[in-house]
This record gives sequence, C-alpha cells and structure tokens, in this order.
Amino acid sequence: MNLLLVGLNQKTASLELREKLAGLIPDLPAAYRSLKDFPEIAEIIFYSTCNRVELLCLAEEPAAALERLRAFISGAPEVSPEALSASLYQHQGPEAVQHLFRVAASLDSMVLGEPQILGQIKEAYRQATEQQATGPVLNRLLHKAFSVAKRVRTETGIGDHAVSVSYIAVGLARKVFGELAGMTVLLLGAGEMAELALEHLRAQGVGRLIVANRTLERGLRLAERYQGEAISLEELEEQLCGADILISSTGSETYLLRRDQVRAAMRRRKQRPLFLIDIAVPRDLDPAINDLDNVYLYNIDDLQEVAEQGWQRRRQELARAERLVVEETVKFQDWLLTLEVYPTIIGLKEKAAAICQAELKKTLSQLGPISEDQRQSLEVLLASVSQKLLHDPIIFLKRNHHRKNPHLELDLARRLFNLDQDRQTEESEEEES
Amino acid sequence: MTDYFLYLTLASYFGATVLWLAFFLAQRDSLCRWGAWTMAAGLVWHTLVLLQRTWAYGYLPVAAFGGALLLFDWVLVAAFLLLNWRYPIRVLGALVAPLAALIIYGSLILPRGQGTISPLLRGFWLTAHIGLTMGGYAALTLNFLGGIFYLIQERQLKAKRFGFFFRRLPSLSQLDTLNYWCLSIGFLLLTGGIITGSLYAQHTLGRLWSWDPKEVLTMLAWLIYAVLLHERLTVGWRGRRAAWLAICGFLVLLVTFVGANLWMSGYHSFAKFGKP
Repeated sequence: MNLLLVGLNQKTASLELREKLAGLIPDLPAAYRSLKDFPEIAEIIFYSTCNRVELLCLAEEPAAALERLRAFISGAPEVSPEALSASLYQHQGPEAVQHLFRVAASLDSMVLGEPQILGQIKEAYRQATEQQATGPVLNRLLHKAFSVAKRVRTETGIGDHAVSVSYIAVGLARKVFGELAGMTVLLLGAGEMAELALEHLRAQGVGRLIVANRTLERGLRLAERYQGEAISLEELEEQLCGADILISSTGSETYLLRRDQVRAAMRRRKQRPLFLIDIAVPRDLDPAINDLDNVYLYNIDDLQEVAEQGWQRRRQELARAERLVVEETVKFQDWLLTLEVYPTIIGLKEKAAAICQAELKKTLSQLGPISEDQRQSLEVLLASVSQKLLHDPIIFLKRNHHRKNPHLELDLARRLFNLDQDRQTEESEEEES
Repeated sequence: MTDYFLYLTLASYFGATVLWLAFFLAQRDSLCRWGAWTMAAGLVWHTLVLLQRTWAYGYLPVAAFGGALLLFDWVLVAAFLLLNWRYPIRVLGALVAPLAALIIYGSLILPRGQGTISPLLRGFWLTAHIGLTMGGYAALTLNFLGGIFYLIQERQLKAKRFGFFFRRLPSLSQLDTLNYWCLSIGFLLLTGGIITGSLYAQHTLGRLWSWDPKEVLTMLAWLIYAVLLHERLTVGWRGRRAAWLAICGFLVLLVTFVGANLWMSGYHSFAKFGKP
C-alpha cells in the first residue's frame, strides 16, 4: 500500500493543456466509478483548481496504478500522450503527503497564500466521499490537509498581507472610514480594476453609486450595469460634496480634478474625509490633492507598492509555513506506519489463540473428566501466558523504531513468528529444489 | 492598611499594562479582555484606598498633590473602563493602563499627607467643583491619547508608509469620533467645574475670580477647547487639526494641574513638600 499522486500544474503544463484537462471529468460519478473499478486502486480522490489537476490514490501496486492513472488522463479528448507525459509529475509516499499539504495551504500556487484553493479541495473531497471513493487513509489525509492549511493560515501571516490592488484600496478605505456601510462611491470612468474595487466595496456594504463619464451615453450604460446614477463630468465638482470614495480610471490626458477644486469641495463638505483612488495612467487626479487635510489620495503606483510589500511579507512567511508542512508530513507518515503494523499484531494474536485452543483440546482429551471450573481455569491460564508473552513484541512493533525502513522490523517479526505460512513453504520448496 | 490597598492597586494596574501591551503586540482578543478585568480589579482596590482615606481625613484626600493624583487616576480609569464598555477602542488601553500605573507610582513618591486644609474649603460645592474638574481632566486626557493615536495613523495614511502601528490602530473615523465625544464631555465637565468653583468662591471669598495662577491657566485651556468645539461644529475642524488642538489644550491643563501646584502659589496649591 502506498500513496500516489499524479498531476500537472501551471509550472509544468501550458494553459492550453490545462484547459483541455479541466474538462477531463464531465461526468463525475462515472469517472469515480471507473477509477474505483481498477483493482490496483484502493482509495482515490481528484481535484482541479484554477491552475492544477491532480489525482491522489492509495494503491496496492504503485507502478501499475500509475499506468492506470496516466491512461485515465490521456483519455481526455484532444490530449496527446506525448504532451501529457512531459508535463505530468508524480509523487509517492511522504512526498505525495507533503505535496497535498502544500497545495491545500496554498504554498504551491501562483498567488502564494490565496484562500480559494482550500475551498476547492474541500469541495472535491465532499464529492469524492459522496461517491464513496475515499477510505480510512485518504479521509484522514484530507482532514489533516485541511487542519494543516488552517494552522498555516493562523500561525504564519501568509494570508494576512493583501496583494491585490483592488483589495488593498478597500483595506485603506476601511482604515479611513471604519465601516463602509452607507458610503457613497463615485466612479470616474470604468475599467477592470475599478470594477474589481467596486465589487469589493459592494461586499463591504457601500450604499449609493454615482458614475461619471465623458460621454453621458456610455455613463448611462455603465450606471445601468452597476445599478447607479449617471452624471456628466461637468457635474463632478458638485457631486464631490456628496461622495466619500472616488475611483478614477479614465483615459483623460489632463487632470480631471485639481487641488483647489477639491479644497473648495472639502469646505462645502465640512471636512468630512474623502478617499480618492486614481488608477488611471496618465493620472486623472492632481497629486497635490493629497496635501489637503482629511483627503487621502492613492494612485496606482502607491497601491502597487503596498502590494509588493505584501508579497515580500508573504515570502518571508513561506519558510515557516514549509517547516510546519514538513512537521505534519512526518506525523502523518508515523500514523501510516502504525496502520501497517496492525495486520501483524492481529496475526500474532490469532496465531497465539489458535495454538492455545489446539493445546487445550489435546490436554483435555488426556486429562479425562474435569469440572467446568477447572476447565475455565485452564483456559485463563493459557490466555494469560500467551498475552504476557506477546505484550512486549506488540509494544515493540507499535513503536516503529526504524523510520527509514520500517518494513525491516515488520518483516523480521513476521518471520520470527512465522505469520506468513505461504512464504515459509515457498522458501522451503526453494531450498529443496 | 491604606498602603496595602495602594500596592494592590499598583500591582493590578501594572498587570493590566502588561496585558494591554501584549494585546497591542499580539492582537489576541482574550488578552484585552483580561486587561480590562485586571484594570477593573485595580479600580476596586483604588476605590477602597480613596474611601479609607476619605473616612480617615473626613474629606476627599485632595489636599496634597499625591492625593489629588490618586483621585484623578481613579476618575481616569473609571472613565476609560466606561468607554471601553460602551465604545471600545481597545488599543487605548495600551496607553491608559501604563499611565494609570505610573500615576499611582508617582503618588507613592509625592507627598500625600493630610496637609493643612482650611475649614473654609469643605462642603458640597467644593466636592462638586473637584469632582467635575477631575471628570473633565479625565475625559480630556482620553481625548489627548486619542489625538496621539489619530496623528500616528493619519501620518501613515498620508505618507503611504504602513508600519508597525498601521494594523494595530483603529480607523481614523473611529479615533475622530472618540476624540469628539471625549472633547464634548470633557468640555462640559470642565465648564461645570469652573462654574461651581466660581460660585463657591463668590459664596466664601466674596469674589468670583481672583487671578489665581490655576484659574488663569484653566481659563486658557478652556478657551482652547471652546474654540476647537466651536470650529468643529461650524466649519468641521476635525482630524489632524482637532487632534493637534486637543494636544495643546491638554498640555495647558497639565501645566495647570502639575506646574501650578509645584511652582506657583495660590489658594489652589496643594500642601507643600515635606509638610505632614
């Protein structure tokens, strides 16, 4: 029994190939059924996130299982086996465990520490359990992966530092206003980043939205799309009195707002704070505006610098997170080893019980008639002798002295007590021949 | 016996200081909760100290500077706990707790004897005068501490450098609201203190105003706060400007409370050093 992980991600496979594989599993139940039918595979789960497709299984014979999984992936339409084999990676045993932990904790992703991946794996696990594709080992492994991800989040600051510009803008607005509920947002022009920021702001419960555009017609369309009110640029100064947050991203060549305009507006606003985000290049807002009291102006460079700091912090935390992952991998491996010991322990106990029964039978036939009480005392005697004799070997096995090569000990124990009858006969046959 | 309670108070406030500072560094909610409870325990001991002294002297123990500090500290801690309960700006504890502990420590060093107190200076009006003024001082001290936090946070947002404090301090609007409330309440109490003091002076000395250094300085601080409040309500002086003015006002109050007693003389002065 060994854990085997096969997959590809953004580092090994082109976007094109990943796109094709994203549609690898159109029918989830059917896919799980066919995978479970392979005799080499005991337990399996697969998951795909934005940038990866991976299959993780518990296999009787890893080599055979690997072939099965490769064949399964190549079965996707329009995928050439050559392209695939170049981009597939595989991990076995502890490496597979460590890889899963790193993926779940988002240490292996493009955006280090992003929280979505854990959710996607959780969802994949839910589906796998619904199909009854997982068993005791994968169940424990996946739950462990979730707890490792949680530990990484709480014990290292890897997810604490914002790295996306729009999210940073919202965080700054919160540091100015506290609660954003009921704030009025003024959108100057529109673009991808402005839209993202608006989405984040909406999630924080901002109230009114005003959209200003050079052409009123396009402004009206935008306003309709975001459920806001449209105004023309001429009204901008006037509307500035009512707005709290302004996001500007027009293609204008000149400043749309100058310092004195904002200063006049601030006087009319009775100095209520104003938060301005200028993500246009060239800039829409005069940088001198930031000198005014209670006005906070951030342009795209400012925001990107904060993002870069966030990246640096996350990278600093990476080493701690990796150490945590290694620690947990070792722990899980230990658990797996104890799992392997159990069949041997059960074999030992069964063998002892069988010997006791056989000897009891023999003795009873020689003793002649005895009372039921005497018979019971004999049974207790045999049971306690065998138990005491086995106690130390069992403890010895459970302790796993050889972390590097645990099978040595297990093998020795099995041979010592002759638990594998078949092998014994094979060996003796070999000797004879 | 009194000192026994006083040391307990001191220990509690130092404990609270450690907890609040740990909260400030680690940002764990439980630390701040424990900090508040430790401080509340300290306040109970503190109350016992004051009650015991009042009972022993027969009047509020404010004749000596040390005693006055004790009373001020009590009001400050009580005001902070009240604020922490109703409008929690939790980082404030990281400044209030050490301040409270230091004041207790100071009162241990400074003379705190019974002093000589004229029988003239007793009675309900005087107690009201002292109580209101102390309440005003406490609220305006909180305003001052909030102003410091505001300036730090505002500086970071303006300079776009986000250091150690950025994540740990609350938003500007929360700090500004805190400052506004403390200013309003503090101003009202201080005004009340001045009025009761004047009325009492009229009643006992026959004049409302006697150019005592403490009176003059208090009036100056009161004027600063009055201007600040007025401008805030009419043209919206808030944020940085308000924080700076609050700090100026507080410094004047500090000179009034400490300096006027140590270096200038007047009938507001506390018992001199060395006298029992």
